[in-house]
Amino acid sequence: MNAYVGTSTSRVDGRAKVTGAAKYAGEFAADRLLHGFVVEASIARGRIVRLDTSEALKVKGVVDVLTHEHRPPLADKDEAWKDEVAPEKGSPLRPLYDNRIKFNGQPIALVVAEDWETAKFAATRVRVEYEQEAFATDLESERGKAKKVDQPHKPRGDAAAALARAAVRHEADYVIPTEHHNPMELFATTAVWNGSGGLTVYDKTQGVQNVQKFLCSVFAKKPDDIRVISPYVGGAFGSGLRPQHQVVLATLAALALKRSVRVVLTRQQMYGLGYRPMTIERVALGARPDGTLDAITHEAIAVTSRYEDFSRNDTGWAEQLYKSPNSKFAHKLVDLDVSTPCDMRAPGAATGVCALECAMDELAVALQLDPVELRLRCYSDRDQSEGLPYTSKQLRECYARGAEAFGWSRRNPASRSMRDGKELVGWGMATGVWEALQMPVAVRIVLTANGHAEVSCAASDIGTGTYTIVAQVAADALGLPIENISVRLADSTLPQAPVEGGSWMAASSAHAVLGAAEEIRWELACLAKAMPGSPLADLDAANVTLTDGMIVNNDRRGAAVSIADVMRHSKLERIEKEKLNQFAEDKSHARNTHSAVFAEVKIDEELGIIRVTRIVNAVAAGRILNTKTGRSQIMGGVVWGIGMALHEETVMDHRFGRIMNANIAEYHIPVNADVHDIDVIFVDEPDDRINRMGIKGLGEIGIVGVPAAIANAVYHATGKRIRRFPITLDKLLE
Amino acid sequence: MADITIPERIPITLVVNGERRALEVVPWTTLLDALRDRLELTGTKKGCDHGQCGACTVLIDGRRVNSCLTLAVMKDGAEITTIEGLAKDGTLHPLQQAFIDHDAFQCGYCTPGQICSAAGLLAEGRARNADEIRELMSGNLCRCGAYPNIVAAIEQAMSRS
Ligand code: FES
Ligand code: FES
Repeated sequence: MNAYVGTSTSRVDGRAKVTGAAKYAGEFAADRLLHGFVVEASIARGRIVRLDTSEALKVKGVVDVLTHEHRPPLADKDEAWKDEVAPEKGSPLRPLYDNRIKFNGQPIALVVAEDWETAKFAATRVRVEYEQEAFATDLESERGKAKKVDQPHKPRGDAAAALARAAVRHEADYVIPTEHHNPMELFATTAVWNGSGGLTVYDKTQGVQNVQKFLCSVFAKKPDDIRVISPYVGGAFGSGLRPQHQVVLATLAALALKRSVRVVLTRQQMYGLGYRPMTIERVALGARPDGTLDAITHEAIAVTSRYEDFSRNDTGWAEQLYKSPNSKFAHKLVDLDVSTPCDMRAPGAATGVCALECAMDELAVALQLDPVELRLRCYSDRDQSEGLPYTSKQLRECYARGAEAFGWSRRNPASRSMRDGKELVGWGMATGVWEALQMPVAVRIVLTANGHAEVSCAASDIGTGTYTIVAQVAADALGLPIENISVRLADSTLPQAPVEGGSWMAASSAHAVLGAAEEIRWELACLAKAMPGSPLADLDAANVTLTDGMIVNNDRRGAAVSIADVMRHSKLERIEKEKLNQFAEDKSHARNTHSAVFAEVKIDEELGIIRVTRIVNAVAAGRILNTKTGRSQIMGGVVWGIGMALHEETVMDHRFGRIMNANIAEYHIPVNADVHDIDVIFVDEPDDRINRMGIKGLGEIGIVGVPAAIANAVYHATGKRIRRFPITLDKLLE
Repeated sequence: MADITIPERIPITLVVNGERRALEVVPWTTLLDALRDRLELTGTKKGCDHGQCGACTVLIDGRRVNSCLTLAVMKDGAEITTIEGLAKDGTLHPLQQAFIDHDAFQCGYCTPGQICSAAGLLAEGRARNADEIRELMSGNLCRCGAYPNIVAAIEQAMSRS
């Protein structure tokens, strides 16, 4: 019974969020709470030769200043600092570990005081002397030092030869700058000291169990000593996948001072966390005159830190999208004196597909073909790198439905041909693709005789709607009204879940809920069968449905017993089941989500002002659990795509290796007035192969393709091809 | 060298959500920190502390204000409404209900500021259509990108008020 799954159910945590009742990591109270303020390095590379905290310690209200010379013990092996999602290669940052400075903005001291204002003031009184070393922070000037990293995509055919003989060829560099997540909530941790040496740590994170294991290993604690909780997360978008500095510092201070400590980073300090690495994407396409491809090559050169190798799949996406007998891909990294990049919404795809889709648009122009038509001529029904069919791929339908809704057939193909008053109008499109991943997750359900169920799991809801879809799936599977379901998430003591990321949590948590609910159902059915005179006596216990508080025989709907009666008769107050759901491995099919994005821009040519007036995003992502929250996720992705296309860029002053716009006034993100019509279309995509419920996930696919669609629309409007993002007005006026 | 002392605390009274609250604050304490840290009204959010994001928006004497740019001592005696004070007797404010109906948030962190700002906007009576709402709500950032739903929610509340 699907009373809730697939509907537009409102968020179950909505009331808490609109009333201010929802508590985020930095908002939990504790007795005699201390406040920490971080002091950061002001050089890009070198070491600290003197760190003088004496003046800061004299400020009334300051309790201590922790530094690498004055702190409790920290683990000294790299392995201890490697969290669940740390890059394989490298040596993770250890805050306050030693005198080495690896990047400008690295935390080097924590001032702890009775109140936040005092800690902040005293932090200005910490004196630091450094010995500086030569450093480099500029990807473009260091491009020659790029090193190749392993790539899953093997070359096929001979791409160089095919390119050389291609009738029509397009080759260009596309440059995507460093971008920062900037979730609205500041990174924060409240580490609550509970007397006996244990800590309850409220942390802003996408994975409480990842943080819990990490803290235990860094501080040599037993699992029971540290509990991590994160009921609400004010956005993260990948920035909360790895444990961040503030959780190490708050824990360190709490252990040192045996008191509760809160550390909140400032907006500026958050620019010392991870980010989407600046990437130079070089794409070459060789086509036959009929608009089919003969060669694709894609090389990405991205920033990483000097201490860890972070890389994602930027280049392989053409294998999924466009048929070509010859292809070659390479991913390279340049070590720089900066903090390690990290995942940021659709890592790899947001950037790589952006370049690929701009290149496809340029090829369409060269071939004098409609951009949608070019994509249809190159359409691949198989993932070419492995030669696999898809569990489902309704991308053709996305093109058709998106084009229809947008009115694409009315597009005049010539650039600078469409106007609205004094504004130039441009229509552009692009394809999006992401992976449909799924992970093991465990869920516990406690059903009580009063017809309520508590569903719990360590997974996070970072705004993605996990609370709501978990409640929906549970309500349907248990046949209860959604009001009778309470959901507990993001507590490290709850059943196992991985970090929330990669769009895998919807499928993973939904199937775990289903699994646990089925165990409850099985037990109820067995109990019901055994009741004297039961109308279900001859029942196959696997063949029942729970609905409206009843256990119903699927073959004879009239034969039913109420759950309450069964539990009363069996003298059970509660039935508790926990189930770890694992997905069977299936290497026979590729699993992806897809989208077709259509964008309209209007441009005031005299001023260079670009407005994105319309976006249609047609998405094929399997079954949509909640059309309301699902639409919001795609819409949010589209807004991110607008930011990526037109606004977002972290600007570094390479003379100091320091970020110049580390705030959200000068690091531009879209504001309300920048966002106009966004039409989200979910294309029907039944998929009974990927998993039982046919779920693929929505967190990433919404952004992919959007920046390219906008860039292509800007070209269509103006005839100017801007290959260096973001497309700001100065570039148009040049 | 003598201890470095910080300024004296000054007694003030704030009327928050209709309730008189007496507290002592140093002059550099912002209204935002006074609400969050001293009065434990954490519904008002801090997203930048620099007047750049609007997460800290509250209503002071009915007008929407960034509480991070307001020193608490300057508001001695003022009437302040925070997100915690909008619902009356358990019934949500029409804007709160509209935000839920239109899914005008994801993570919820910008939401108290958006709702207080929208309440201020409605009181100003300046916004007549979606474009004006967009413009006049542009001081409230939403990184989750809920803007179209925020506009729809405000339009719903506007049409019913
Ligand atoms: S916290 Fe006040 S405007 Fe951002
Ligand atoms: S709802 Fe997350 S920032 Fe607006």
